[in-house]
Amino acid sequence: MASVHSDLSVSAAASPWGAVALKILVAGGFGAGKTTLVGALSEIRPLRTEEQLSELGRPLDDTSGVEAKRTTTVAMDFGRIDLRPGLALYLFGTPGQDRFWFVWDELAQGALGAVVLADTRRLSDCFPSVDFFEQRGIPFVIAVNCFEGTEAYAPDDVREALDLDPGVPVLLCDARRREDGRELLIQLVEHAAARR
Amino acid sequence: MSESMSIEDAAPEPLAALPATDPFELRPPEEDRWFDAEAGPLVRLFSMTRGRVRPVEDGLFDLISLIRAVDQTERPGAEPAMGPEHHALLALCRDEPLSVAELGSYTDLPVSVVRVLLGDLHEAELISVVRPVPLAQLPDERLLRDVINGLRAL
Repeated sequence: MASVHSDLSVSAAASPWGAVALKILVAGGFGAGKTTLVGALSEIRPLRTEEQLSELGRPLDDTSGVEAKRTTTVAMDFGRIDLRPGLALYLFGTPGQDRFWFVWDELAQGALGAVVLADTRRLSDCFPSVDFFEQRGIPFVIAVNCFEGTEAYAPDDVREALDLDPGVPVLLCDARRREDGRELLIQLVEHAAARR
Repeated sequence: MSESMSIEDAAPEPLAALPATDPFELRPPEEDRWFDAEAGPLVRLFSMTRGRVRPVEDGLFDLISLIRAVDQTERPGAEPAMGPEHHALLALCRDEPLSVAELGSYTDLPVSVVRVLLGDLHEAELISVVRPVPLAQLPDERLLRDVINGLRAL
């Protein structure tokens, strides 16, 4: 996607209006609270953007014999936090379906890091997200969304169950609470800074 | 089901059903047709982009690339032939820079279409674009501190 040689005339350093945009991804299994977290943190009404994807890249035998759908639409929820004039932080909820890994690749490009939401009732749902960020060396934190009526787990139990590296922060949160979401992002950025 | 039965059933059915349909009768809600936006775009997406699927300069329009309309008072009369979607995009990013993702959301157009249209605007020098900071240069320590301070102040 991005060209190898960076065009300085359009890079942030040479920005005519000094604006910088950063992004953080919010991942996790279906129903883990991604959209809720994005909505709780966003200063604008959470938005939804659609990417129309051509399936032409798929192997030919996939579409043989059937009038197959040629394009598919992936919806992404996202929000924005204005950190100071000229510094915007975008939060992108990753599309949940496994077949959209290639969208994740694009989203992950240049991301500051990721929040992986975990639901202790279905902890295995977040394994693919953890693998994805681990493999690409993208800093992430695990946020255990404490749904009402679920048993409280100690962060260390979750860490063990997910077989995380010792440095990865595991936090308990309520995805609906803005303060919790803010704390998650602070921990993530500090974690990303410490890895440098 | 036997073969004779199905033939008997099938033949008179369409004729019997026809007179019952009054084209001017109000339809029950479940049969209601789609109107306006619900029916999908009137103009097909590929005609908005004149069949193009990629912008001239691929990679310029990341989801968080920031777009701002160039002040037109400086170069009057320079506007080339554009569609309503081009104008809508320009109007949105006239006062403040917006990301490609936001432009897609506000115009209700897929990001891939927005990218092609922005490519036209960029070529006509009607917008300026700020690409996100490349990963290799990120995170700059001062920038990260700004982010943390900004989050604490929320």
